[in-house]
Amino acid sequence: MSINWFKYSSPQTFFPLAGKLALVFGALAVAACAVGLYLGFFVAPTDAQQGESYRIIFIHVPAAWMSMFLYVVMAFWAAIGLAFNTRLSGMMASATAPTGALFTFIALWTGSLWGKPAWGTWWVWDARLTSELILLFLYFGFMALQAAIDDPRRADKAGALIALVGVINVPIIYFSVKWWNTLHQGASVSLTKSPTMAATMLTAMLVMIFGFWFYGIAAVLLRARCIMLERERGTEWAVQYAKEAVA
Amino acid sequence: MQTSLEAIDLRCVRGERSLFQGLSFTLKGGELLRIGGPNGSGKTSLLRITCGLLEPDQGEVRWGGESVRRLKEEFWARLLYLGHANALKDDLTASENLKIACALAGVVVDARRVTEALARLGLAGRENLPARVLSQGQRRRVALARLALGEAAALWVLDEPFTALDAAAVEDVRSLIAGHVSRGGGVLYTTHHEVSIAAAVSRRIDLGGGQG
Amino acid sequence: MIAALRCVIQRDLLLAARRSSDVMTVVLFFVIVVSLFPLGIGPEPKLLRTVAPGVLWVAALLASMLALGRVFASDHADGTLEQMMLGATPLGLIVAAKVFAHWFVTGLPLVLISPVLALQFDLPQELLGVLVVSLALGTPVLSFIGAIGAALTLGLRGAGALLALLVLPLYVPVLIIGAGAAEAAAAGLGGSAQLLILGAMLIVAAAFAPWAAAAALRISVE
Repeated sequence: MSINWFKYSSPQTFFPLAGKLALVFGALAVAACAVGLYLGFFVAPTDAQQGESYRIIFIHVPAAWMSMFLYVVMAFWAAIGLAFNTRLSGMMASATAPTGALFTFIALWTGSLWGKPAWGTWWVWDARLTSELILLFLYFGFMALQAAIDDPRRADKAGALIALVGVINVPIIYFSVKWWNTLHQGASVSLTKSPTMAATMLTAMLVMIFGFWFYGIAAVLLRARCIMLERERGTEWAVQYAKEAVA
Repeated sequence: MQTSLEAIDLRCVRGERSLFQGLSFTLKGGELLRIGGPNGSGKTSLLRITCGLLEPDQGEVRWGGESVRRLKEEFWARLLYLGHANALKDDLTASENLKIACALAGVVVDARRVTEALARLGLAGRENLPARVLSQGQRRRVALARLALGEAAALWVLDEPFTALDAAAVEDVRSLIAGHVSRGGGVLYTTHHEVSIAAAVSRRIDLGGGQG
Repeated sequence: MIAALRCVIQRDLLLAARRSSDVMTVVLFFVIVVSLFPLGIGPEPKLLRTVAPGVLWVAALLASMLALGRVFASDHADGTLEQMMLGATPLGLIVAAKVFAHWFVTGLPLVLISPVLALQFDLPQELLGVLVVSLALGTPVLSFIGAIGAALTLGLRGAGALLALLVLPLYVPVLIIGAGAAEAAAAGLGGSAQLLILGAMLIVAAAFAPWAAAAALRISVE
C-alpha cells in the first residue's frame, strides 16, 4: 500500500484531517487518563516509605516525559520546515510549543507538590527539576521569539533555528546539571529516585503516559488548526470554512 | 566576463499583499534593465530577491543557469549591490570606508585607486574626513564610489543610485553605469529620476501597484 | 579572503577604540555587580570565599550578555551587514571574525580584571589561576553562543530581554563547568577536568556557532 505522504502537506488538505484526528485522540485521552488516574489513585498500593503522597508521581513523571518528548517533536518539525521550506511544518512546530510548555509547568508544579511532604521544601534543586526549569525557559524563549517577529515566515525560520540549537543543547544541559547536582549533593536526597515500582504502579504510569500523549496530539492538532486558519485567512478554503462555520 | 541573469516566475508576498507574481526576465552582458513602478510596488524587494537576500515566495533566480541561492559566494563575487543604505561607518573616514567595502567584496585595491575613485565622484580632498561630518549627498557619493572600483563585478544591482545627488554627481554615476554596460557588464536598477543612459540594450519593466 | 577577515577584525577593533566608552560600560557593570553581592549576602569572609567563583562567573556572564546586543546591531542599521552577506567571503567566517573582535573588546577585559575582583572575595592565590583560565576559556564560548541569539533577535522590539531569555538556558552548561573549575580546585580535586571540558566547548562553539549565527542573520535580514 503506497501512501501519498505529500497529500497532507498543504494546510488545505491537512485541516479537515487534523480536525478528525483531534476528536479521536481527544476521546482516547479522556479514556486513558480516567483509567490511569483511577489505577493510580485508587488501585495502586500505598508506598512503604512515602505513604499516599507519592501518588502525584502518576502525573509528575508522565508530564516530564511529555515535556521532553514534545520538545524533540517541535525540533523535528522545525528541521523539516528548514530543510523542505514547507509552511505546514512551521505551523506544527508553533502549535507544539505551548502544549510542551504546559507539560513542563505541570511537571515542575507537581514536582514541587511532591517535594513538600516528602522532603519538607517546596523546591529541590535536583537534576530533573532543574533541567525541567531550564526546559521551560527554552520553550518560553521559542514562543517569545515567535511572538516578537511580525513576519510569519521569518518567525517560523527563526523559531526553527532556536529550537534546533536548543534540542542539541538539551542533553548537554541535562548532563551538566546532573553532574552539578552530584558535585553539590550534600544532605539533599534526589527527587528522581522514585519508589520501587509495584506492577500496578507501573501500569498506571504507562496508561497515564499514553493519556498525556493522546492529549498532546489532540491539543497540538487543534492549535494547529487555529494557526492554519489565521495564517491562510486570505485563501479560498479558509474563507469558505469560516462562512460555513458561521452559517 | 559573463553576465547571465535569469529570473523565472517570481512571486513576492509582503504582509497580506502579493506585490508581483509570474515575473520573469533575463539580463545579459551589455544590457541595462530598469525596474519602474510606484512606491510600494516591490522594486526594492525584487532587487533583493535578485541578489539572493530575500527568498521569493515562488520561482527562482538563476546565474549562469544555476540557482543563485545555491551558488552563494560564487555568485556574490560577481555581484555589486548598492541598496538604500550607504553602508558607511560614521567613525571611519571616507577612504577607510571604501577600502573596507572593497575588501569585503574581494576587490583588491591600493590607496591610490581609492583616492582616484573618490575623486571620480567629486570627493577629492575629502578622503580623510570621518563620514560623520559629510553631508547626505557626500555620504551617498562615498557609497557610490564603489562603482568606480567595480569592474570585476559582472552584475551591478543598484537601488535608486541617483537619489540625493546633485547634477554633477548624477552625471558621474550615469557615466560610470554607461561605462560598465559598454564593457559588457549588466546593470539592474531602479530610479525615480529620468536619466537616460546609453546602452546597447535598454529595457524597462514596470511593476504594478500590487495585485490581490 | 584572509585579507577580508583581517579587515573586519581591524575595523571592529578600530570602531571600538574610537568609542571606548562602550568597553568601559561593560567592565564597570561587571565590577558593580560583583560588588553588589557582598552587600546582599553579608561580608563574612568564609561565605564570600565559597561563593567567589560562582559570583564572578555569573557577573561575567551577565556583563557579556549586556554587550551582545551590539555585535550586529550597528552593521545592520547602516547596511554594512547586507554588504557582508553579499561579499566574496563566507558569512560564517565573517561572523567568527566579528565575534572574536567582540570578545576581545568585551570579554577579555573581564578576564583581565577578574583577579582583582577575586581578591575582594579573598579567594586564595592557588584558585586565582584556575578562575582566570576558566573565564578566559569560557567567555569566548559565551560570546559565540550569544552571537546566535543576537543574530536571531536583530532589529526586534525588546531585543535585549528576548536575547537574555534565548541565550541563558544555553549558557547554563558553560556556567556550571566554568564555576565548577575553581570550586573543584577549592575542594582539592584540581580544576583541570573542567578546564579541559571548557576547552572542548570552546572548540565546538567556535566551529559551529558562527554558521548557526550566519544562518540566523540571513533569516533576520529577509
